[in-house]
Amino acid sequence: MEPGLYHILFISAALFFIGVYGFFTRRNLITMLMSIELILNSVNLNFIAFNKYLWPNKMDGLFFTIFIIAIAAAEAAVAIAIIINLYRSHRSIDVENAEELKY
Amino acid sequence: MPNTTAIALVPLLPLAGFLLLGLFGKKYFRGSSGIIGVILLLASTLLALYIAYGYFFEYGKVDGVYQKLIPIQYTWLSFSKDVSINMGIILDPISVMMIVVVSFVSLMVHIYSLAYMKGEERFPVYYSFLSLFTFSMLGLVLSSNIFQTYIFWEGVGVSSFLLIGYYYDRPSAVAACKKAFIVTRFADLGFLIGILILSFYSGTLDFNTLIERLTHPGSNELKTAVASSFLGVSALTWGVALVFIGGAGKSAMFPLHIWLPDAMEGPTPVSALIHAATMVVAGVYLVARLFPVFALSAPEALHLVAYVGIISAALAAIIACTQTDIKRVLAYSTMSQIGYMMFALGVSGYGGENGLGYTASMFHLFTHAMFKALLFLGAGAVIHYVHGNEMKDMGGLRKFLPITHITFLIACLAIAGIPPFAGFFSKEEILLAAYQNNMVIYWIALTVSGLTAFYMFRLYFSIFWNKTYDSRLMTHGSHQGEGGFAMMLPLVLLAIGATGAGFIPFGKFVSSDGSTLESKFHLSFSILPVALGLIGIFTAMWLYKKQNDRPNKIAVSLSGLYKTAYRKFYIDELYLFITKKVVFNLVARPAAWFDKNIVDGLINLTGNTTQAVSENIKKIQSGKVQQYAIYFLVAIIGLAVLFIYWWK
Repeated sequence: MEPGLYHILFISAALFFIGVYGFFTRRNLITMLMSIELILNSVNLNFIAFNKYLWPNKMDGLFFTIFIIAIAAAEAAVAIAIIINLYRSHRSIDVENAEELKY
Repeated sequence: MPNTTAIALVPLLPLAGFLLLGLFGKKYFRGSSGIIGVILLLASTLLALYIAYGYFFEYGKVDGVYQKLIPIQYTWLSFSKDVSINMGIILDPISVMMIVVVSFVSLMVHIYSLAYMKGEERFPVYYSFLSLFTFSMLGLVLSSNIFQTYIFWEGVGVSSFLLIGYYYDRPSAVAACKKAFIVTRFADLGFLIGILILSFYSGTLDFNTLIERLTHPGSNELKTAVASSFLGVSALTWGVALVFIGGAGKSAMFPLHIWLPDAMEGPTPVSALIHAATMVVAGVYLVARLFPVFALSAPEALHLVAYVGIISAALAAIIACTQTDIKRVLAYSTMSQIGYMMFALGVSGYGGENGLGYTASMFHLFTHAMFKALLFLGAGAVIHYVHGNEMKDMGGLRKFLPITHITFLIACLAIAGIPPFAGFFSKEEILLAAYQNNMVIYWIALTVSGLTAFYMFRLYFSIFWNKTYDSRLMTHGSHQGEGGFAMMLPLVLLAIGATGAGFIPFGKFVSSDGSTLESKFHLSFSILPVALGLIGIFTAMWLYKKQNDRPNKIAVSLSGLYKTAYRKFYIDELYLFITKKVVFNLVARPAAWFDKNIVDGLINLTGNTTQAVSENIKKIQSGKVQQYAIYFLVAIIGLAVLFIYWWK
């Protein structure tokens, strides 16, 4: 059976909610960052799938995906810099320990 | 044409003095500030005299009529193409006369203060305030624009406030300066509204244009101003009457006179300058400045001027007979004499022979400045010697203060209207003007002139004759004589003025329409006032020359009247009653309650509500990143649902 649009959308949705679940339940910042990557990749899958099945002769979805991958790389660099700084000041990368910024 | 630099320098030199002494006096000119003030003012006075000479004898007169010249004029605030507030200088007979009077009397006071205020802690401050006052007063009289007048009007008010409160460590002086400021400020409200009404109807603030538009028969401005009325009185009459109220406040006219006697708390030279010779006549000057409008377009307001003037003159003269503080006697006599000037304007007509009252009023203003400044400076010399204001502490001082004695006598004779001293001529003209126009006012004025002679000589005899002054009775032992050259020179110069000023043919220079007014002198007419004056003098002599108990007996036999006059007709008490009992209880307290409970309550309610709400919802901001992510997700899902199902 040839995989159709719905299969890919299903995988993408699963990937998205796995990412959301990971983001909410994990306390380790690195793991949370990884969850965000999952969410981003599910979006990328969506773009690619729609591009391939609905407008096969256009390239917009593809470009968008490449763009998102580039952004995600930059975002990971920034996030890791933040995490390193957090570790230097708190000796931990647990979000539970970094909640001074409140009311 | 006039030299504009010279004219501009007349008020600007005192301003320079104020800035110099006010900013740097304490540091650099501690000893020399007096000399600096005197030199600047001397220059100002000489320039004023130079301008007066030029105006009256060279360029002022065109075809036998003195012109209103505006040598300096520039636009200061322009509201629209036609309406703007200009700053300018006007030269006409009264303003030129006033700059001479103001700068001359101010110069005398500056010189006198060199000795009188010597050794004061705040000597430079005193001189800077004097310069500020002189600047404001010169600016006031030279204003070509009614709004400019108002600015300087407040300027003299402020400097008067500062100088009355010069001894700020005395509670009475503090109370007096506040009283003076509040009362005159209250009256100035009338002035301001008057300005607004007049400028609204005439469409200009410039004196010349305003007078022309509001007096020219048939002009549109005049028609609308007369046609619109409020409470049965035309808007124009309201306008000028309100302007007059401002003038009455500054000139201490009944019933706004209560501040003047208290203002005597200031240093005596200040009283001589501000509260006798110059500032208090600003009201008279203002009415004279707008006189054509009063006389031609609002005769009802002119009647108001006349009656307020005569009531003040009579009331003040009666009160002056009973006061024992020499400066207060002089204060009431000032009020009485200003009353004379006011009703002289009030009975006057405009133009030609009818304008006699106007000329007489300005003439009296001129001579009064001389002899009243002299009286105050003489009183200052006495106070300097005795260290007290009370008449009962004095007596027999003619041996100790010979020059003061002679000059004081000259001033008393001048104010009593005895020929050939200055007051005689001006008072005769005033009485003549009253005689020709209003017999009631004439008879009251005549009586008051007798009373004037009486109370002035009561003062004179009590100070210089009566019992012998014993310096050992006083606690301050060391006497330094009459105060030296600096104090005697102004007295002598002013005495010359008080003697000779009457011989100036005043009608030639100052008249209501600028043309020459020949003052006629009727010998038969003068007999009655002079006789009354002499009766006043001899009565005072009989009662006060030698120490006796006749004054007390008379006071006892007239106990009710005496007490009423001594307590100044209870006007102060009436004001206190009205302010404290009526205004405070009926208006201020409910207003305060409303403000505290309703207005503040509303504000507090909003504040408290906001605070309570934020107190309750602040926990949302917990600092936990994942909690924020949940809010975010929930909100996104909510929005998605909203857009998908409701947003069609």
